[in-house]
Amino acid sequence: MKKVLNYLKSNPIVVMLVAVSLIVGLTTKNFFSWGTLSSLISNTTIRFIIALGVSGCLITKGTDLSAGRQVGLAACLSGILVQAADYSGRLYPKLPEMNMFVILIVVILVGILIGFVNGFIIAKFKIPPFITTLGTQTIIYGLCLILTDAQPIGGFQKIYTSLITGRIGSVKGFHLPYLFFVAIFFGLLFWFIYNKTRHGKYMYAIGGNEIAAEVSGVNTDKSIILIYVTAGIMYAIAGWLLAAKSGGASAGMGQGYELEAIAGCTIGGVSTTGGIGTVPGVLIGVLVFELLKIVLQFLGVNPYYNYIVQGLVIVVAVGLDIRKHIKKK
Amino acid sequence: MSEYVLEMRDVYKAFPGVVALNKVQLKLKPGKVHALMGENGAGKSTLMKCMFGIYTMDEGEILIDGVKTEIHNPSDALKKGIAMVHQELQPIPARTIAENIYLGRYPTKKIGPITIVDHKKMYEDAAKVLKEVNMNFDPRTKVGDLSVSQMQSVEIAKAVSANCRVLILDEPTSSLTQHEVDALFKIVEDLKSKGVAIVYISHKMDEILRISDEVTIMRDGQYIGTWNANELTTDMIISKMVGRELTNLYPPTDNVPGEVVFEVENFTSINPKSFRNVSFNLRKGEILGVAGLVGAQRTELMEGLFGIRSKISGTVKYKGKELKIDRPKNAIDNGIAMLTEDRRGTGIMGVLSVADNISVASLNQYLDFGIMLNDKKIENLVKVNQEKMNIRTPSSKTPIASLSGGNQQKVLVGRWLANNPDVLILDEPTRGIDVGAKYEIYCIIADLAKEGKSIIMISSELGELIGMSDRIMVMCDGRVTGFIDGKDATQENIMELATKFES
Repeated sequence: MKKVLNYLKSNPIVVMLVAVSLIVGLTTKNFFSWGTLSSLISNTTIRFIIALGVSGCLITKGTDLSAGRQVGLAACLSGILVQAADYSGRLYPKLPEMNMFVILIVVILVGILIGFVNGFIIAKFKIPPFITTLGTQTIIYGLCLILTDAQPIGGFQKIYTSLITGRIGSVKGFHLPYLFFVAIFFGLLFWFIYNKTRHGKYMYAIGGNEIAAEVSGVNTDKSIILIYVTAGIMYAIAGWLLAAKSGGASAGMGQGYELEAIAGCTIGGVSTTGGIGTVPGVLIGVLVFELLKIVLQFLGVNPYYNYIVQGLVIVVAVGLDIRKHIKKK
Repeated sequence: MSEYVLEMRDVYKAFPGVVALNKVQLKLKPGKVHALMGENGAGKSTLMKCMFGIYTMDEGEILIDGVKTEIHNPSDALKKGIAMVHQELQPIPARTIAENIYLGRYPTKKIGPITIVDHKKMYEDAAKVLKEVNMNFDPRTKVGDLSVSQMQSVEIAKAVSANCRVLILDEPTSSLTQHEVDALFKIVEDLKSKGVAIVYISHKMDEILRISDEVTIMRDGQYIGTWNANELTTDMIISKMVGRELTNLYPPTDNVPGEVVFEVENFTSINPKSFRNVSFNLRKGEILGVAGLVGAQRTELMEGLFGIRSKISGTVKYKGKELKIDRPKNAIDNGIAMLTEDRRGTGIMGVLSVADNISVASLNQYLDFGIMLNDKKIENLVKVNQEKMNIRTPSSKTPIASLSGGNQQKVLVGRWLANNPDVLILDEPTRGIDVGAKYEIYCIIADLAKEGKSIIMISSELGELIGMSDRIMVMCDGRVTGFIDGKDATQENIMELATKFES
């Protein structure tokens, strides 16, 4: 019992989250329903995957402003390739119809390439990650516009959209979207990488003191490149899922997702001064955000106010977390 | 009026898992230098941080002029006349001396309704204060252009300008030359005559006995006592600090150097002002001391060998095989380890745990199935080192930054020994470490040599080099100027080689 209390005391964000959802659940109809849970899971999964990608950059004192645009590019690319052969508005009519998993591999390869470019510039030319990714995100947006000719893309293969929106269980009663398992899979995978592999330990070491890590025999350049490549892979997967979930894609997709992901990580305790951050923390941070959006929707708040509330939550949540560290002194 | 300007009574402070201060007393008289002594981890810094308002104490009281008071934060401490010159200086390099001195309390003037900074007054005042600390510098000089000792003078000037009544000097001489130390002591004498009470923290016995009037000794967070400095001798201080008699300064070294294993030939830096044409060899089980003045490029040479810095020519051979070293990883893979000089800058990863810090260079050894790290094996590494080197830490998960300097150093030694290296380069292994921990580190070095490991030890303490080395290599201005057998080495013949500049 004492342990539970201590945990809650040191994690005010979790308390806030539970309290708010309880209040909303008790005062509005239909909040506690499988439908709400299902949409929460679907929204969270994609954001969680992006946030996992960014988390490695943040832990090594970097950042990745190109995350959102990379998601957008992957979504556009998936959209273009997955358009059904009998759809009249195909953007590139000469392309053969492709299997969606082949498309996934294609977008992942593109993600690896972009991640490598980011990581290589940051590691080898020592250009600050903020500047590097500010540059590449603009380039990527340009690519998206060229690729799509600024046209919205639709007419996807049915199997693509249905697989992503698919679920186990019955629609009315208990059910879980497939995305739930995707989130669990990546959560466990990243937890394993961060805690149980050399690469994970090296990542924290670089965040803690990059020179000391290099002196201790860590090939810091290689580690940093690998971190940005991993991030690129995650954005690609997120983009592929996002296009399917939305049933369409456009060049503007994914805009601002990088900031949401960074905010989610920071709320979840990832320190921008490096060396600190956990996978469960990232999940909680992202959940806070997505739950908040749903709660506001249920309360019937004018969507324009959402931004104000979200901004406040970022500052308050991080403030509470930092107070915890200051107090320890 | 109390005879003390400041008193700390029965101070108690605990951190999770450690009692840092237990009923500690400190009584400062105006116009006296009060030395505060103790091993690393004894609680000196914690006590000072309580006085300066960086930490809040759990129990105890602070009295200023006999009146009970509370100090909430450093700016409150400054208002109450307490100033501190930290061991690690934190100036703002891109701003001028005057701006650094008056930071946070710039003199202002009014133009109509607007208050602006009075730059003229600030630079005039700063010039006066600089004169008081015997520093002939234009207050418009950027602090980043100053040497470490000059920055320190600026810090002291800052304290003087605040009209402080209590000045804390935390290891002020650790990076100063003898000449600079003399200059510092002159400033201290001046401040004394103005009635300022000075708290002086240092590990250097000769300094303490030379400058202090009273000495308070602490051990493991306990208050041991306060004495008049003229009642004490070096031996007495050491035994009170360590809690036992220290008979030997250095352990007996019964290692027997064997065949040559490590050869460096014609090693030259890419930077023409750094090391050049360096050749030497190292035997199995030998301790090779490296002596030289500040600027002799000893650290640069060793960092070059280890792949941290670039060379333009030269070869390194281990057991006859030429090594290609472009980055530290290559050196480590060839059985070389290097404990760097700047513990905070290039050694520890502050926010990470003791376990993470000690295991980072040897993670390959703790893998299951070639990929998964086994936490039990890492825990075991921590435990073995903790017992072997007497590392004091609340747990293996404690962030290393919260350990004392000596304990951090032992963790770093443990990091390198985990790889079981054949050649160990130790750059100032005992810098900033107290007497007890120093002896422990000497013992570790002696044991390693006896096991047949080859050791290169850079040190600026000649006593330590003479006491530990089989052979001493002396450098001056980037060149090797000679080798002296350990048995024949004296301070004089080392200094002669260390000052052999090219004409």
